[in-house]
Amino acid sequence: MPLISASDLKTHYKTRDGLLRSVDGVDLVVERGETVGLVGESGCGKSTLGKTLLRLVDPTEGRIEFKGEDITSLDQGRLRNVRKSIQMIFQDPFASLNPRHTIGEILEAPLIVHKAGSKPERRRTVASIIAKVGLPADAINRYPHEFSGGQRQRIGIARALLLHPDLIVCDEPVSALDLSIQAQILNLLVEMKKEFGLSYLFISHDLSVVRYFCDRVLVMYLGRIVESADNETLWSDPRHPYTRALMAAVPDPSRPRQAAPLGGDLPSPSNIPSGCRFHTRCSLATELCRVTEPEFRTIKPGHQVACHVADHIN
Amino acid sequence: MNASAQMTDARRPLVSVRNLVTRFDLKAGLFGHVSGRVHAVENVTFDIFPGETLALVGESGCGKSTVARSIMQLDRPRSGSIRFDGTELIGAPRPVLARFRREAQMVFQDPFSSLNPRMTIEQSLMDPMRVHKLGSTEVMRARAAELLAKVELSPEHLERYPHAFSGGQRQRICIARALALNPRLIVADEAVASLDVTIQAQVLDLLDTLRRELQMAVVLITHDLGVVAQWADKVVVMYAGRKVEQALPGDLFNDPLHPYTRGLLSASPRLKNDFHYLSGPLTEIPGSIVSAVGEAGCPFKPRCRQARASCGHQVPPLIAQTPDRLVACPFTSSLKVVPDAAHLSL
Repeated sequence: MPLISASDLKTHYKTRDGLLRSVDGVDLVVERGETVGLVGESGCGKSTLGKTLLRLVDPTEGRIEFKGEDITSLDQGRLRNVRKSIQMIFQDPFASLNPRHTIGEILEAPLIVHKAGSKPERRRTVASIIAKVGLPADAINRYPHEFSGGQRQRIGIARALLLHPDLIVCDEPVSALDLSIQAQILNLLVEMKKEFGLSYLFISHDLSVVRYFCDRVLVMYLGRIVESADNETLWSDPRHPYTRALMAAVPDPSRPRQAAPLGGDLPSPSNIPSGCRFHTRCSLATELCRVTEPEFRTIKPGHQVACHVADHIN
Repeated sequence: MNASAQMTDARRPLVSVRNLVTRFDLKAGLFGHVSGRVHAVENVTFDIFPGETLALVGESGCGKSTVARSIMQLDRPRSGSIRFDGTELIGAPRPVLARFRREAQMVFQDPFSSLNPRMTIEQSLMDPMRVHKLGSTEVMRARAAELLAKVELSPEHLERYPHAFSGGQRQRICIARALALNPRLIVADEAVASLDVTIQAQVLDLLDTLRRELQMAVVLITHDLGVVAQWADKVVVMYAGRKVEQALPGDLFNDPLHPYTRGLLSASPRLKNDFHYLSGPLTEIPGSIVSAVGEAGCPFKPRCRQARASCGHQVPPLIAQTPDRLVACPFTSSLKVVPDAAHLSL
């Protein structure tokens, strides 16, 4: 049984400009102990997908199962139990910490909400998690503004770990951090995974971080997953033209520079192109692609792709 | 690109920065008394030649933006010299600065806040021409359309307002505006940092094509080592307000010398993936980035794995291995010490 799975998940927003189809038919599975990367350009719906899985945003259609239980339409009371097991780490560690609470108060809050232990027990839990994520013991009495970006992200990670979750959705956890600090946080996430037996859904626009960090990668384009493969396969044999373009766009010091692989901008999710949603930017698009949406099919075990021409690509 | 950089070496630098020092006072209390001083840029020296792309790299707070802003005369340096085409800019009279402002333009990180939301694209593009009185409205109109075409946007966009454009398009508009006065120098301060990789590549390619066509010099300020590798002719690595290493990109990535540069490379997941000699787990640089409040000794000492007691005595001088290669660490290998870096042809 997978840890979490979604089938035909849709999250649509009604806006002045029409229906915004942020998440538009996603199937995904995260197994226990797995680190799954979710990549795509800004506006492709990856953050909305993360929030929908946590039920922070209500899905319009589809089904989410957590440890075999359908959580798609659980009410807030029953969700509380599930929320203990699924936590989130955000991009901006400053915006996600209450500036008027001390670190001790911030970290104790989830324990109080979930009635985890007596006051002295909670204190002990907080102190031990602070040590685990590499913060100084006196952090308890200090306020978020006294910490640097990397340390704040450590606080965010500590808060996510408090209730011993099974899954942490990490939404761009290192993209606001400097390179030397980014490595510290990535290493911390790897350590914590080993120690707590976690699974991660790791949302990022940075392919190199995902390549370094994840077991399996999902590539998202305009609300849909267009390719899914294990890390090695995706990098050695990417099949979707979008995946290839994304990879080629990453500047790489070890190979000569190529022309920008992808023209134009991401179309608006309120006006998704007909047929294959990538056809407006795809150099391989045929008449079929303009008319018929490709299904997300398995081309070899563990490797799925939504593309009509994927088999002809070299 | 490196070949073209070497060809231009024989020529006169377009910009030469010598011993640049820019400090900011920290104010505290009700009356704003000076409580300390941030040494944002300390003793930085380099040259930029026509048609060359110089990358300034480093992490937040290393002073790379302050160098750029000092060149652009937006921050006032405390001492040192900045010459543009041979003319000293620091303390220069207004007419000299006015001419300089026509010839040097800046592109900022945030394309959302650097375009006036109440001006159409045409008005934004004509604004610099109007300030510098570049001809009649018709002439300026025609020029605006031409500029927009240069950045691959169609003339129908002229009548629209910034909100109608995506981040990448806005950044192209900002580049078009920077080109309005035919500048000889463009300073791009993290100009692609907020864009997706696909759009990033488009914008950088555009800037590079224009650089070649118009023989402009470009200062590329970035924290992204991948960008440096592919778009720069020359790299200056900064840490805590000081230049710690200067190299051609190939040398920098294949053989980083300064412990900070080495640390940066082995902390980068991208480079880990691509260079086998960097294999193994991500190596973090311990500690956090220090703010540049002048202290004795090497600024990197607190985080350096190979620091020795003597590192705390004085700021290590820049040592030249070749004219293209400078490093501010005496313990990299047996390098030759050049007494005064200011006299080097950099």
